[in-house]
Amino acid sequence: MDEKPLYEGSFTVAGGNFDNAGEVASNIKTILKQIGLPKDVIRKVALVTYESEINIVSYARKGMIRLRVVPDCIMIEAIDEGQGIPDIEQAMQPGFSTANQKIREMGFGAGMGLCNIKSFSDVFHISSEIGKGTHLKMIIKANSTVLNS
Amino acid sequence: MTLHEIKKLLDAEVLIGEDQLDMEVKTAFVADLMSDVLAFATAGSLLITGLTNPQVVRTADVLDIAAIIMGRGKRPSQETFQLAEEVNIPILTTKYILFEIAGQLYAKGIRGCIEKVGGK
Repeated sequence: MDEKPLYEGSFTVAGGNFDNAGEVASNIKTILKQIGLPKDVIRKVALVTYESEINIVSYARKGMIRLRVVPDCIMIEAIDEGQGIPDIEQAMQPGFSTANQKIREMGFGAGMGLCNIKSFSDVFHISSEIGKGTHLKMIIKANSTVLNS
Repeated sequence: MTLHEIKKLLDAEVLIGEDQLDMEVKTAFVADLMSDVLAFATAGSLLITGLTNPQVVRTADVLDIAAIIMGRGKRPSQETFQLAEEVNIPILTTKYILFEIAGQLYAKGIRGCIEKVGGK
């Protein structure tokens, strides 16, 4: 864990700003390409970041994505100031959603976000406090094989 | 198939990517739910959708999707158009419904990027 990171940085995400949702994922993708990580790893990190961003934009006042890249893995954290999740187990169920119409119009809000994040991460941890916010921690191994399909 | 052949087959209008019509594609994914696109679509595939907002382009960009085909005569919003230009992803629009688009492409040899889910 004391490894010198290849990259370390954080990105702010504004709640409710639907037009820019995904910008952080695009930026992170560019950074990882420059580092020269394998394509399938970049894709997983971008996907996990993108779904996290959509969650922050959709449900929180504001949030932040933290990225730390070390030679053998990529750590992503999504930390928001928002309403929090009352029942995490329920929120993790595929298809469970509290999304409004605006979120659904964008092609999200079908209750797949957290499931997708979990299934594309090698390590996934979620904690949440009502009225304060939600904290996601994901680790994707740099040499991991494609999980899906 | 090349995007050029697809354009002809679907009587489509190329809104972005006129210079990329030589691109070859072999697979596609049809959905209006971006979370499912993220979960299942593979790099280099076509994304066939009825959605027109910027998230379609973001999703395509995150996944390295080859090109977007908007069905049912849908056209991208101004924001979507700008973003697609920025990330350089072709957008084609056609009046065919999604079922017809998929069927016609399948008949010409394009296949689903996965056959079914849960392939373990």
